[in-house]
Amino acid sequence: MMDLITTPNLADPDGAYAALLARHKGLTETQSAAFNARLILILMNHLGDAGLLEQALDLAEKAR
Amino acid sequence: MWNLMAINYKPFDYVAPPGLTASEPRHKVAIVGAGPIGLALAVELANHGVACVVLDDNNVVSVGSRAICWSKRSLEILDRLGVGEQSVAKGVTWKVGRTFHRDHEVFSFDLLPEDGHKMPAFVNLQQYYVEDFLVKRALDLDIDLRWKSKVTAIVGAADHVTLTLDTPDGPYQISADWVVACDGARSPVRGMLGLDFDGELFEERFLIADIEMQADFPSERRFWFEPDFHNGQSALLHKQPDDIYRIDLQLGWESDPEVEKRPETIIPRIEKVVGHRDFKLDWTSIYTFQCRRLRNFVQGRVIFAGDSAHVVSPFGARGGNGGLQDVDALGWRLAAVAQGRAEAGLLAAYDHERCFGADENLLNSSRSTRFMSPAAGAERLFRDAVLALADRAAFARPMVNSGRLSLPCVYPLNGDDDDRLPKVSRPGTVAPDAPLEKGWLTEALGGELTLLALNCAGPDLGLRRLRPRVSDLLRQRYLGRASQATYLIRPDQVVAARWVEGDADQIRTAVAAVWEGR
Repeated sequence: MMDLITTPNLADPDGAYAALLARHKGLTETQSAAFNARLILILMNHLGDAGLLEQALDLAEKAR
Repeated sequence: MWNLMAINYKPFDYVAPPGLTASEPRHKVAIVGAGPIGLALAVELANHGVACVVLDDNNVVSVGSRAICWSKRSLEILDRLGVGEQSVAKGVTWKVGRTFHRDHEVFSFDLLPEDGHKMPAFVNLQQYYVEDFLVKRALDLDIDLRWKSKVTAIVGAADHVTLTLDTPDGPYQISADWVVACDGARSPVRGMLGLDFDGELFEERFLIADIEMQADFPSERRFWFEPDFHNGQSALLHKQPDDIYRIDLQLGWESDPEVEKRPETIIPRIEKVVGHRDFKLDWTSIYTFQCRRLRNFVQGRVIFAGDSAHVVSPFGARGGNGGLQDVDALGWRLAAVAQGRAEAGLLAAYDHERCFGADENLLNSSRSTRFMSPAAGAERLFRDAVLALADRAAFARPMVNSGRLSLPCVYPLNGDDDDRLPKVSRPGTVAPDAPLEKGWLTEALGGELTLLALNCAGPDLGLRRLRPRVSDLLRQRYLGRASQATYLIRPDQVVAARWVEGDADQIRTAVAAVWEGR
């Protein structure tokens, strides 16, 4: 089974973080939530693997 | 209340039953409910040589279209019962489904039926036609149909069940070795036995209506999410025979069913869907979404089949079709038990297999319901996200769920298998149809345990053997890369086990397993 990458994997973490926030700028809370939902679905499809998705879901749940 | 022009609602004849004047000999099987499931089971049992009595509190076919989408498997089952060709001829065959979001199409599917099957993927046909065909078939077979016979009490004993029945001429009693409750979602028999459903009740209501109109509308299934014409709710349109269209409209939980049922409320809504007023309202009903089932379908000597055993929300065509698959799994087993050819324990296999089938239907229906009618919060958020994306990105389209159409489940059998043979015909699947030199494989298999021997003789075990000439389609569906194979196919046309080179002992063991319900 493939392992979810949980070690740093982005060449420019600050840039990626800023890019995400930039798209939320000016959105209401409801619009932000809808944006995130679409983004999650897009990334989930890109992941394309049920095992990886399960690991990502686990991590999201545990990290609270 | 409504004008029903399309079918002649001639009542069936009530005849005073013999039990009113003298006690009747014990029946092998009594079926409660002459809907499509009860009638289909009666014909199936007759085909296996078991006489039964069918009891119904009414004396007409169903009012309104109710179950309308009959799947390929259901049509194959109806064909075995003698009414399949008639159902296809009368029905509307369709294969394209279109899904809309607001004012544009987001997704369409073409069921693209494979070549080489006798029956099409789906046919739309009002339930009352299927019932009417089955009643005529049952009468041809001299099945004892008793109208206006309402079960008022049921008492189980170790080796039989006693039913008290009310008729226009007063009450009487009969007893039967086995009782099958095919008396629908509100099953009085289930109520009298004090049995409850487990599962989910969704807080959602839909209005269904049959309208009669002349329209040049294609034979397609159309589903709308949040259409402009229906205030943000869902809608479904299906074409039926006789210029009748079926419309399902989501109402929301806050709606008042009494108000929604009134023609003055319904007609303007439908006018918005079809764009004009030139239609006649034939029938309407309001339903609540439920996805629930009995924990067990066999309760002593009372067996449940169809909606009395499990109810699903519509949109997946899993109610009527699921019920016919119950008939498929039950008929041959109950016949064998009633005739003393098998132990009563064989019925546990019916319970097990159809609970499995019902769970698959319930899972699919719950998912569709959740998508169509999402709860506020995350469910709503992601549903809307999928619909928004579906327009632009192909990946989101298969997530759009307006009902996943019924396919027969693959039973979890552990019969012998060989991985050189194709997956489509593995143990647990319904044997895929294919054309033979004359007729079709499903016709040739019929309703008897059969050894299908391809490019070999197969051992003589006193079993019926079928040895068709191997065409390309048979090779594709049954041989794959193997040069020969033997299949053991159950009376319900489910593959029990298969071998490339099966010896007599292996086959004998598999045959025993079929009759022991292993």
